[in-house]
Amino acid sequence: MSDYILELKGITKIFPGVKALDNVHFSLKEGEIHALMGENGAGKSTFIKVITGVHQPEEGEIFIRGQKVSIKNPKDAQKLSIAAIYQHGTTYQHLSVTENIFIGHEKMTKLKTIDWKQMHKDAAALLKRLGSSIDPHSTMGNLTVAEQQIVEIAKAISTNAKIIIMDEPTAALSKRECEELYRITEQLRDEGCSIIFISHRFEDMYRLASRVTVFRDAQYIGTWDVDGISNEVLISKMVGREISQIYPKQEVEMGEEIFKVDKLSKTGYYKDVSFSLHKGEILAMTGLVGAGRTEVCQGIMGIEKPDSGKVYLEGKELKISHPSDAMDYGVGYLPEDRQKQGLILDWGLGQNVTLSTLEQFTHGSIINQKEERQKSKELLERVKTKALSVFDKASSLSGGNQQKVIVAKVLNSDLKVIILDEPTKGVDVGAKAQIYEIMSSLAAQGYGVIMISSEMPEVLGMADTILVMREGRVSKIFDEVKGVTQEQILEAAMNT
Amino acid sequence: MAKNITKQVMQSDGTRIISAERGFSWKRFMLQWEWMLVLMLIIVNIFNISVSPNYANVKNILNATRDFLDKAIVVFPMAFVLMLGEIDISVASIMALSATIMGVAYQAGVPMAGAICIALATGTVCGFINGIILVKFPELSSMIVTLSTQIIFRGIAQIILETNSVGGFPSWFTRIAAGKIGGMVPYVMVFVIVEALFFAYLLHYTKFGRRCYAMGNSVTVAKFSGVKTNKIKIIVFTMAGLFSAIAAVYLASKMSSVRPDVAKGYELDIIAMAVLGGVSTSGGKGRILGAALSILVIGYLRYGLGLINASSQIIMIVVGALLIIAVAIPSFRDSIGNANWFRKLKAMVSKS
Repeated sequence: MSDYILELKGITKIFPGVKALDNVHFSLKEGEIHALMGENGAGKSTFIKVITGVHQPEEGEIFIRGQKVSIKNPKDAQKLSIAAIYQHGTTYQHLSVTENIFIGHEKMTKLKTIDWKQMHKDAAALLKRLGSSIDPHSTMGNLTVAEQQIVEIAKAISTNAKIIIMDEPTAALSKRECEELYRITEQLRDEGCSIIFISHRFEDMYRLASRVTVFRDAQYIGTWDVDGISNEVLISKMVGREISQIYPKQEVEMGEEIFKVDKLSKTGYYKDVSFSLHKGEILAMTGLVGAGRTEVCQGIMGIEKPDSGKVYLEGKELKISHPSDAMDYGVGYLPEDRQKQGLILDWGLGQNVTLSTLEQFTHGSIINQKEERQKSKELLERVKTKALSVFDKASSLSGGNQQKVIVAKVLNSDLKVIILDEPTKGVDVGAKAQIYEIMSSLAAQGYGVIMISSEMPEVLGMADTILVMREGRVSKIFDEVKGVTQEQILEAAMNT
Repeated sequence: MAKNITKQVMQSDGTRIISAERGFSWKRFMLQWEWMLVLMLIIVNIFNISVSPNYANVKNILNATRDFLDKAIVVFPMAFVLMLGEIDISVASIMALSATIMGVAYQAGVPMAGAICIALATGTVCGFINGIILVKFPELSSMIVTLSTQIIFRGIAQIILETNSVGGFPSWFTRIAAGKIGGMVPYVMVFVIVEALFFAYLLHYTKFGRRCYAMGNSVTVAKFSGVKTNKIKIIVFTMAGLFSAIAAVYLASKMSSVRPDVAKGYELDIIAMAVLGGVSTSGGKGRILGAALSILVIGYLRYGLGLINASSQIIMIVVGALLIIAVAIPSFRDSIGNANWFRKLKAMVSKS
């Protein structure tokens, strides 16, 4: 009898032209929370898909409780009591909570019709067990991301899963919601489940896990006890190099005021938002998810027009009714959702980079495609994109590299103010540092930079000014970052 | 397998080299959909020659071509509509309404040239209306909107002319359709070729075309990138309206009369020609060359089936079947490529 409930040995998975996993090992003890970490593109997601039967490895063996098993499809995985909660939810937004929980294993009455009464009752019981008060009748799409995750967990335990895999569950959660998730995860462990927890956040790992495994470039690097391993060591394992300074903030002399927002309001979203930005300044907008940060910036950009309020650039009032107006004035926006708002995944990198700046390559009305390719090549190299050619499809890159492509795209516009919305969300440590570097050099070149961020260390490490929003209003502005603590920011962000 | 894994060149200072060029690849070249259309075109023509030995002379083929030029005029703007991920079912009704208004205007004493301009204006306005409705009510799908305007436009034409027809156009007008350069090449064929070149240029070489491709892939990304998506949508639908009117003028000239029931059912053929040409109905994919080739495939196929006196119902069935096969082939190819047995086979072959 093996000590491990799940063990994988020598797993190799090859996609056309890429080794996604190269002789990888992993072991999960019964009743432990095991953190799996690594940069984007390290192979974590593929690894999970091997365990859940979505992908079949070319080589390697999988053991459950010492027994060799083969997992040919997700159904097999379910039979082996394995359940996964994916990074991008796989929920049915239009269906009810109950339907989402029991989809695929509905309860039947004697007449072979669906037993709604029983299912609603069981769903309520499952949710209550998780300490949640979500109404099983409510529609999935009306729940918050955090609530949807709880439903997914309920779904996992409804199938009697003993091995639960969580893929970056905390990425979209606010501080308080994370606490809730931690509590539920610990409860599952105490009830005898074994959990693989994937996250980019060290906080998650220290809080929950007893052991941590690191992958890098499709390879297994090692497994350690969480007690007695430091951030720095782990980061160096993940990136294969020492990162001396994650926040490479350059000292920049702030110039004159370049950008000003005056009493911007939109009913139901934000009210009386005012702030100003100077040349060379990095202004961090922070607050809980849903505080209206993204909405304010999209209002500035003319994506969803505000009801009232004014925006000034270099003292001149701007009339913006479409993102193209904002860009013409010199205000650019790097959206939060890379895949849905930033990139055409089916296109090559080059065409993605030039989409918002086609005028630069157009003579008469013809696009000079050679010039276009050359310029996009330079930009992609400047942001150190990990790619072979400008023809590589955007969908083939990892999250961090996709973000760099969007940065390249924004850089090509002739801008004065750049708004970056959660630029490092879901981005691995190495790429993060590069994005910070770019941000810092932009400020040094005299751009005004607005960074929306939920990550406190990033806000404290990069910003000159911190603007905290709460429920659609500016709750506090810290003009001097030195000496500001996470607690002070959190206090301003939360309703106290 | 390992040798396939190419490593990106990294310079000593950590910058990565990204290639801006890509070499010619036979595989990529041969995997183009257009080759499939060329093959179909050859098969259709072999069939036509075998059923009618007289078919194979230039004059005959040019005549056969003349038969479907009216639809061909609308296929290219339709390709743009589909490219955006939209559809326009109202084109045939726009043709009927434009032709009707032209006839009525001529009857009321407007000179023929003026009446033609009125027809073109009518089509343009109809297309513009489609575009405006779609932009003002983004929650409505183009399928529903153009289905409604299809009924409305045809309805107006029928109210104006009831079951009457208008004829007696000046002889120069009827010569537009009949006229041939050197007694061989119809004027309209030249027009369609120039039109195809214009649309190919517009789609493949201009900002406008690139932005259409972007919108077809993701309206959100396009909008966030500063593309004026509403403006483009209106332009594209207006273009479809204008070219429907041009086709209507040609049709009126060919038949030397107008009736409110002209061009009934044309929209299906027009959409079929664009889709068989590789223009995706979900947007973002397709080329003008493909659309041009598929016009010939469906056009000659219809002509050939006419040669063997197939009924129009049979012709419809054949065209429908061809369309389903054609759109299924790429996804069939993908599903084989992703199938487990196929990959294992490939791995075995590459190992040995």
